[in-house]
Amino acid sequence: MNLTKFKDAEHIVRLAVACAVVLVLFLLVRAHFIPKSFGQYGHYRGDALAELSSKPVVFAGHQTCEQCHSEVLDVKKAGKHAGVNCEACHGPLAKHADDPGSVVPQLPDTKVLCVRCHEENIAKPKAFPQVVGAQHSGGEACKTCHQPHSPMLIPGEKKS
Amino acid sequence: MMVPVEGFMYPNEIELQWSVLIVVYPFVTGLVAGAFILASLERIFHVVAVKPTYRLALLIALAFLLVAPLPLQLHLGHPERSLEMFLTPHKTSAMAMFGFVYLWYLMAVVLLEIWLDYRHEIVLLSQSTTGVKRLFYRALTLGSSNISAGALHVDDRVGWVVTLIGIPSAFLLHGYVGFIFGSVKANPWWSSPLMPVVFIFSAMVSGIAAVMLIYMAMMKIRKQPIDMRCVDTIAQYLLYTFIIDFALEMLDLIHRIYEADESFRSLDFLLHTKLFFSQVVLQIVIGTMVPILTIGFIQIFDVPEKLRRVAYAICGCLTIIGIFAMRWNVVIGGQLFSKSFLGYTTYKMNLISREGELIAAALLILPFFILAVLVKILPPWVESQAPSGD
Amino acid sequence: MITRRKLIVLLPAAALAWKYVVAGTPELAPNYNRSEHWWGMLLDIDKCIGCGNCVRACSTENDVPDGYFRTWVERYHVEDWHQEVPQVDSPNGGKDGFPPSTAIGGKNFFVPKMCNHCVDSPCTQVCPVGATLHTPDGVVLVDESYCVGCRYCIQACPYGCRFLHPRKLTAEKCSLCYHRITKGLTTACCENCPTGARQLADLKNPADPIHEFLKTHSVQVLKPHLATGAKAFYHDLDGSVR
Repeated sequence: MNLTKFKDAEHIVRLAVACAVVLVLFLLVRAHFIPKSFGQYGHYRGDALAELSSKPVVFAGHQTCEQCHSEVLDVKKAGKHAGVNCEACHGPLAKHADDPGSVVPQLPDTKVLCVRCHEENIAKPKAFPQVVGAQHSGGEACKTCHQPHSPMLIPGEKKS
Repeated sequence: MMVPVEGFMYPNEIELQWSVLIVVYPFVTGLVAGAFILASLERIFHVVAVKPTYRLALLIALAFLLVAPLPLQLHLGHPERSLEMFLTPHKTSAMAMFGFVYLWYLMAVVLLEIWLDYRHEIVLLSQSTTGVKRLFYRALTLGSSNISAGALHVDDRVGWVVTLIGIPSAFLLHGYVGFIFGSVKANPWWSSPLMPVVFIFSAMVSGIAAVMLIYMAMMKIRKQPIDMRCVDTIAQYLLYTFIIDFALEMLDLIHRIYEADESFRSLDFLLHTKLFFSQVVLQIVIGTMVPILTIGFIQIFDVPEKLRRVAYAICGCLTIIGIFAMRWNVVIGGQLFSKSFLGYTTYKMNLISREGELIAAALLILPFFILAVLVKILPPWVESQAPSGD
Repeated sequence: MITRRKLIVLLPAAALAWKYVVAGTPELAPNYNRSEHWWGMLLDIDKCIGCGNCVRACSTENDVPDGYFRTWVERYHVEDWHQEVPQVDSPNGGKDGFPPSTAIGGKNFFVPKMCNHCVDSPCTQVCPVGATLHTPDGVVLVDESYCVGCRYCIQACPYGCRFLHPRKLTAEKCSLCYHRITKGLTTACCENCPTGARQLADLKNPADPIHEFLKTHSVQVLKPHLATGAKAFYHDLDGSVR
């Protein structure tokens, strides 16, 4: 009889209903917990883009330095260090650019700064100016002879 | 974190990312899949000889399945966010799909099959016990106490279908673990279409060995005789599966040696040094060849029963150790060499840490405690009857 | 190199953006439209002197923990024709520069490494939750408030550019200084490279010098056989580089 057949399968139906309930609950939980901006641009939280763009800047960028220190730019752009940006030697200065009076940058020590690039190393391009520091200057600070913003010396010339 | 490095490694590669917990996890899911396949031998393929282990295999599968997510949760940097894998699973990520494969396997296969097979006892127990136990069993009945012949017949038919679906589901459960590794093109030790297949067969080997060992141990504990026809048959299936597994692993090895691509020199050196003990000695010789030769010997020559039992016990243990070593060699081995193929690092495992040896050992022992509870709640055998009866 | 063309393009953009930076409003500058850009990087091996400025600058700009690297520099020594066995070192990622080499003869050069911001990145493919992402302007980023720390992306990256942040316990890597380039600035590493070995490239901007460079020079990417769609283009990359 149909009724008997159904009675015998009743527990299966109960199980199916229980599963359906769990599934619905899951879908509700999912709808509630998925971040709203998810999927905006792709399979990720769209808000992440704004968050990642809004981190604070630590290096100001040479364009900002040049807005105030144009006289240095004039010297630098005519010399060998034209392509070397300000913070490459002077360190991160966004805070100084933000409030020049309160954050006064310290002048870098040329005894240690310059050899970072110019100490001789077999792996550096041959044409790149490099010296063996100890032989070249005997341990003296580089700015004794070289002007850091325009460092190339004509033979015989000494820094004024 | 000064880890000894030989040669050159990319600076970020020196520290291993996936720890021993990620070795424990495929090992545990492998046991699950293997135990279930053994159970399905009886149900689908009517291998009557292994019937005594049918229910036990299901309970073993459940015990290990419940432990499987734990190493993963302990490994995550932010386990509190793990729900995200269900909320926003990335469909291109094998790892994301795991959450659903696991849930499917737990709910729709293992739990369902156990429920259907045990329903008769559950209903009886819900009427005969008292107190908390009674409530528990009543909940399990889902409110239905129909154990007429018709209802039990329905259970049997539905259970058959569940088992049938369960076999490919078991392959999926562990095959995808192999795919998680096999699909990483950045790592030549892992990247291979053979990886899911090797994982599945080694899982079957470990699961079959585990059921065999636990069955023999439980019979000893209950002071019941071991059904030798059952154990002999299980050992045979272990042998067949092992031969296929070994053939696949050797195929991978031979292929690598023959093609000798850019990664070969680096991997070959690794195999001869850092991985020599765990791969050549533990996995291949002790963990694979010894069991194959021993059980193979037993098929050809007449070996007395007592000696066979000892041989099976030893082979079972060696197999389990060998398969654990295989997981170790894949997971840890794959991170010991640099992707520049110019150097090697070392795995520093801490005894007491979230991902250390103690935790790994605890996770491997925990399933046995769960199994002990399961065996109490859902006894695989009726105490008064002989184990080989229905 | 600061060319006049660059100044004309960059100064007003930077000035406008700077207003927003200084004002502390964390929005990106209003003149930045994501669909107008497609970011990449040009790395010129001929110019790299291994000074390590880029590594230090990145570390400062992005608060990178010690011992982990969003970018690093490798030094290669190749003997004669033996391309398959170069000697490579990268002491502390090149962060403190390189000590004098013990190598004699052979071919020696520096190679800066970083995230390649691949178009078909394996890292985004494997992320289970959608915490690592492709921005519409071609940058691969990590959403650290969504990352679960499974480390699958670290395993999947062929270039070794990812790591797990030891305190945040989320995956981290070079972000192409997304917070800078969306404000009209260049990346910290490019800003501080003294020789122009590293240059940010906007592949969608027809005025960007990268297009002329690509026409007139041969460039390579790392591990091209893996077809990741890497957008870090190397000029004069030797075949021995891994």
